[in-house]
Formats: sequence, C-alpha cells, structure tokens
Amino acid sequence: MSSNLKLIWNGLIPENPIFRLALSMCPAVAVTTSVENGLMLGLAVVFVQVFSSCTVSIFKSFIHPRIRIPAYVIVIALWVTVIDMILPVVSPDVYKKVELFVKLIVVFAIIISRLELFASKEPLIPSFFDGLGMGFGFLFGLCLIGAIREFFGTGQLFGYDILGFNPLLIMVLPAGGFFVIGFIMATFNWLEYKITGKIPTSGGAH
Amino acid sequence: MKLKDFSNVALLIVLPILLFLMVFPALVQAATGSGSFKKDTEIEISFGAPVDETWAKDPANYRVFQKTDPDIEIPVASIALNSRKTSAILTFGEALNLSSEYEVQAKNVTSDGKVLGNVEFLVKKSEGQILFTIFLGAMLINNFVFTKYLGLCIFFGVSQKKETAIGMGITFTIVMVLSAVMCWALLTFVLQPLHLGFLQIIVFIGTVAIFVQAVDTILRKVNPYLFKKLGVFLVLIVTNCIILAVPLINADSGHGPFQSLILGLGAGLGFALALFLMSCVREKLELCRVPTVFKGLPIAFVVAGLFALSFLGFSGLSIF
Repeated sequence: MSSNLKLIWNGLIPENPIFRLALSMCPAVAVTTSVENGLMLGLAVVFVQVFSSCTVSIFKSFIHPRIRIPAYVIVIALWVTVIDMILPVVSPDVYKKVELFVKLIVVFAIIISRLELFASKEPLIPSFFDGLGMGFGFLFGLCLIGAIREFFGTGQLFGYDILGFNPLLIMVLPAGGFFVIGFIMATFNWLEYKITGKIPTSGGAH
Repeated sequence: MKLKDFSNVALLIVLPILLFLMVFPALVQAATGSGSFKKDTEIEISFGAPVDETWAKDPANYRVFQKTDPDIEIPVASIALNSRKTSAILTFGEALNLSSEYEVQAKNVTSDGKVLGNVEFLVKKSEGQILFTIFLGAMLINNFVFTKYLGLCIFFGVSQKKETAIGMGITFTIVMVLSAVMCWALLTFVLQPLHLGFLQIIVFIGTVAIFVQAVDTILRKVNPYLFKKLGVFLVLIVTNCIILAVPLINADSGHGPFQSLILGLGAGLGFALALFLMSCVREKLELCRVPTVFKGLPIAFVVAGLFALSFLGFSGLSIF
C-alpha cells in the first residue's frame, strides 16, 4: 500500500506535471483566471487520466507496439467524449468557460506520456494510482495558479470578495498567466536547490 | 540551403491561396446592397438622387430590422445627411451584430417635394470583409499562442533555434490549412447528415493524424535533411492543441469552407510568427547572465509574458 501512496506523492510534487515535467502548459495558462475553472478542468483531467490508464493497463497485451500511439489516442478520445457529455449536465456555467479545453484534453501531452511510460508496462493497480497521482498533481498545479491569479488579479477567491479592490489587474490578463508560471517554476527550482544543494535543470516542454 | 528549397515548395502552396484571397473580395463585392456598416452602431445608406432634408431627418420614415426576425424593429436614434444629400448615416442606440444581415426600409422617399415611393436596403458585411476579419483575428488580435494559449508545448520546445523555428512554422501552417478544410468537409458531408456530431473529437484527431503521417512520408523523400531536424516535432504535431482547436472552433462557429481555410491559415501564420519572434529572443538569451533558478523554462515564460503584453496592442485592430 505504501508504494501506491508513494506513486500519488510522486505525481503531486516531485514529478508535478506542470512545474517539474513542464507538460500540458496550454490549459495551465488559459483556464486559470479563477480557481473554479482550474478545479473543473483539473477534475476532468483526473477522470480521463485514471480511466485511460486503467483501460490501457487492462488491454496492453492486445495492443500491438507499432500501432500503440493511435490506439492510445482513441482510448483517450473515448474518455474525453464521456466527460464532455457529463460536465455540461453537472455544472453548465463553468463548463461554458472551459468547454474548448475539455475537448482538447485529447491532446494533453501529460496523459499520453503516462500511458506510454507507465500504464503500458505496469499492472492495473499501480497504473490506477499513478493516474490518480498525476491527475491530482495537475489539479494541484491548476488550482495553485488559479488561486494566485484570482487573488492578485481581482482580489477574490472562489468568487468571494476578500480584498475588495483589484491589486494587480495584469494577473487576469493573458500575460499574467505566463508570469505566474515562470515565477512558480523558479520557486520550485529554488526550493530544490535549497534542499538538495544541486543546481536543478528544468525539463523540456512538450 | 536545404531549408531554402523547402520554403520554395511551401511558397508554391501558400502563394496561390494568398492570391486567391486578394481577388476573392472583388468577386463577392458585387453581391452586396447599397448599405454598409460604419461603426457598430451606425449604418450608411445612399440614395440615387438628392433627398429632402426634412424627410430624411425624420426617424419615423425608416424601419430597420434583422433579416432573421423582421418583427423586432430597431429604433433609429439620429440621422445625419451628407452635404450632397445623397447618403444618410443612421445611428442606433444599441450596438448592431456586424456578422448578421440587416434590412433598412425607407418609406415615401421624397426628392424635390415629390414622393418617389419605398426603397429597401440590404445591409451586411461582404464575404471578403468577414474573411479578412477572421484572418486578422486569428493571426494578430487573438494570436493563438499569446492570447489563447494554445500550442505552448511546441512553442517552448522548438523555439530555441531560429532555423528549426522557421521550418516548424511552415510545416505547421501547411498541415493546419489542409486539416481545417478536410475536417470541415468531414463534418458537413459525413458527420452532420448521419447525426454523429458527438464523434467529432475522435474524427478530427484521426484526420489530423493522417495528415501528419502524409507530411512525414513526403518530407522523408523530398528533404531528408529537414526531416531529420523536424522528425520528432512532426510526431508532436498530432498532440498539439492548435491543430485540433482550429477544426473545433470552425465546427462551433459554423464556418464555411473558405472561412475554415482562412482560420487555419491565419492561425498557422500567427503561430509561425510567434515561434520566429520567440526564437530570436531565446538565441540572445543564451548569451545573457540569467539568475540560476530562472535558467531554461522559467525565463522563457517571463519572455512569453512580455510578448503577450505587447500583443495586447493589436486589439486596437478589431474595428474591422
């Protein structure tokens, strides 16, 4: 059981998809103007990641290695279509804001890279927890960026007024997302440098 | 040198499209009526002869409505005549929807004291104008990288060297234009008649994958040097947001074949522009002394943020 917990922890901080692996940056900047949007898209990603990891893990012996990429894409597209039908029923207002990106989950690099690197080799249970960990890592990243941008941009959190004025309007503008991610990445690098004493190298973005 | 060969091939494909674009507005211009939008609250109509000022200045003489719902009349706030009294500008209290058609009916037009009868004007944007708006919007105003945040993965992955950035930009534009048109055809002729709209995600991603495979095969034969350089990124195109977002946006806003093509072209050129700008800055960044924790991606993000700020300036172009 502890190895499973380790898998979740691994996805949450040491291999956080957004800040450490630098995968799937597009939604991380685009939908994070408020925590609510980030939470919604994050939950959708957790759903798709967990279910496609499990599906690929179960059927891995049937998938010929040479056509594995199209097969993975079809599996992901299947679960994205499912969540794309569920979300508008559950929460129509937020869905309208993140609609395009829910459909674009198909091409999120993080999901297909976990299928390729983990789920296609490991049995069902570790694949489930790895998917859960990566999904939560993504959710955590989206919520963190969303919280920073919403708080500094509009002085609110979850739509509730906290400050009562707009400290830095630039944060909710397109440019703000890039700045926030750049600074959070630098903070992660700095923390790693303080803890391990090594100069970190950030991963390539794909 | 090899890259030059490749860009020649690309030019052969892109140039006819651009030429067509320039000629196209002239072809469709003739179809529009004698009314046109001035701003989003104004319509200009012109008469064949000078009209009486007292008649023209009376808002009760005009009936303005959207072509789709003739029952809902839009009240005219004020009217201005030009000095020769042959054209009038109607000003409205509320903003008009510039992408739909309006009809203006003028009752009992009077000229030199004589009543000439009723005249109808059809007011709509010409097709060329709409295409130009879409093109400009996709390329600059809503640049897919800097204001819609799509395709960031490749944007940060390929922008380290100018040469790869240019090659990637061209490859991307070609794949995008072709797949946008193909996806439109599939959606209109296959998915909609069969009521399979919910399958569009799966169908679109499949179409894109086929095109990328085709470009991959052609490039391998035509230019092995460039293929070696771009090989990895070609596969990455499939898992890129822009390339899937263009057909999805086309499907959502009900674009026709030309509009789909133009959106693909604008998005592709906008992406190539962003990639080129970024690669210029990043080549210089290599020589700078960046703080250790900011080395690599973090500083690239800050640079992209500055670019996004400057692209906000293009929003002034949206009057078209």
